[in-house]
Amino acid sequence: MDWINAIIQGVLLGGLYALFAAGLSLMFGVMRFVNIAHGDFIVMGAYGALLVVSLTGIHPLWTLVLVVPGMAALGYLGQRLLLNRTLGDDILPPLLVTFGFSIIIQNVLLELFSADSQKLQAGWIETASIPLAGGLSVGVMPLLIFASALAVIAGLQAFFYRTALGRVLRATSDDADTVRLMGADNANVFAIATAIASAVVGIAGVYLAIRTNFDPAVGPARLLYAFEAVIIGGLGNLWGTLAGGIILGVSQAIGAQIDPGYQILAGHLAFLIVLVLRPQGLFPKMKG
Amino acid sequence: MAEPILTTTGLTAFYGDFQALFGIDFEIHAGETVAIIGSNGAGKSTFLRAITGMLKTPGQNIRFLGRDVGDAPAHDLVRAGLAMVPEGRKLFPSLTVEENLLIGGYGRSGTDWTLEAIYDLFPILAERRRHGGTALSGGQQQMVAIGRALMSNPKLLLCDEISLGLAPIVIKDIYAAVPKIKAHGATIVVVEQDVNQAMAVADRVYCFQEGRVSLTGRPGELTRAQISAAYFGLEDGEAA
Repeated sequence: MDWINAIIQGVLLGGLYALFAAGLSLMFGVMRFVNIAHGDFIVMGAYGALLVVSLTGIHPLWTLVLVVPGMAALGYLGQRLLLNRTLGDDILPPLLVTFGFSIIIQNVLLELFSADSQKLQAGWIETASIPLAGGLSVGVMPLLIFASALAVIAGLQAFFYRTALGRVLRATSDDADTVRLMGADNANVFAIATAIASAVVGIAGVYLAIRTNFDPAVGPARLLYAFEAVIIGGLGNLWGTLAGGIILGVSQAIGAQIDPGYQILAGHLAFLIVLVLRPQGLFPKMKG
Repeated sequence: MAEPILTTTGLTAFYGDFQALFGIDFEIHAGETVAIIGSNGAGKSTFLRAITGMLKTPGQNIRFLGRDVGDAPAHDLVRAGLAMVPEGRKLFPSLTVEENLLIGGYGRSGTDWTLEAIYDLFPILAERRRHGGTALSGGQQQMVAIGRALMSNPKLLLCDEISLGLAPIVIKDIYAAVPKIKAHGATIVVVEQDVNQAMAVADRVYCFQEGRVSLTGRPGELTRAQISAAYFGLEDGEAA
């Protein structure tokens, strides 16, 4: 029964990892842009939520209403004014610039909020759980996070496959140059992709702040989980990213069940096994 | 005569330090079909890339519909009524046939061309609408590329090497669409290596050679010797 419980908890944790990873997957998919500061952006979202809570006293979940559009706006402007300039045939400039961002964000957060570990208190919802058969139960908060991940990925998928702008983003992923002949401005399309990715980062940041302790230095580890989920799932496939997140979460839970010290290691091992056996990921993007 | 819908005056273009166009004077009036012929590397495709804004030509003298567009980016020009069928078709592999057509209408102005009108023009595409764009035969892919460009309701349609690599029977099908496209009010520039095809379809011909216009005229008024000379860079008489 402990094992079943571990797997259920692992699946739910995978939802959080999928939220970490979705934005990274999306930016890479559309622009071939690898954002090294992705984890730090998530932490920035978490501190955004902390700031809103401490200023207004509202429930942490309500901070989504401000943090998500705030991150989206920041993402749009950052891409438009700065990151677009780094794009080109060479993959190195975006890596270097976002690596710089990573360091800057960590230090600014350290300056503003100190190195103290923080956590948002969400009250009853954190401890509430729904009993299942056989003495198992699932927490309401993990379930909410998992449901959010499902909703975000289903929403993104619908956006990409059912709307004109979504089509443009997919076409940009195929051939950014030819999309210009369709009347789409690359600079704007890239900024929209980053805005959407940043909105998801905002959601991930708020949940991170509620679910775990965080401090200015935890970004790079989130980036690592996000990378692992994206690569396990296969590049450019959002459902694959969700599957990657779940595999990572379940591996960690199984590792923890064997020995609490093995939790993180088990996740990395699962990633390593996929990388060796199926380097293209489990569900790579289908070509038409 | 009214002002041409597109003119270039002394157009030059560069790839880095390499000069590809040397002072091209070109004009096309509404309703005309103009063919640009010339051998590989004569600058035909570069010329199209320059007027569509895909190749930057800062400060150059290009006028489209009465507006100076030498500095205009490609996406602006599409919205102004310029569409291109690029060399090699460049369909989007992740998109279905229908999505490839729909995305052509992303920056559209006007509503002349609809999906139904494209399917009337190329009925085979209606059957293949759910297929991946690159799962079709070369000729069908070319039809998608033309349909995609038409979906933006262009006033000027530029076709770059639309017969390249296709069987003669397929080329005939594709060129059969040209009069229908003209009937919708589009003015057409075709870039062709196939001189006979170009002569058959065009009202006027420009021959490019090494980045310069080597000959212009109406197909009926040009002799084969003149064309050969302009195309291959031979002296008059040498071609015979």
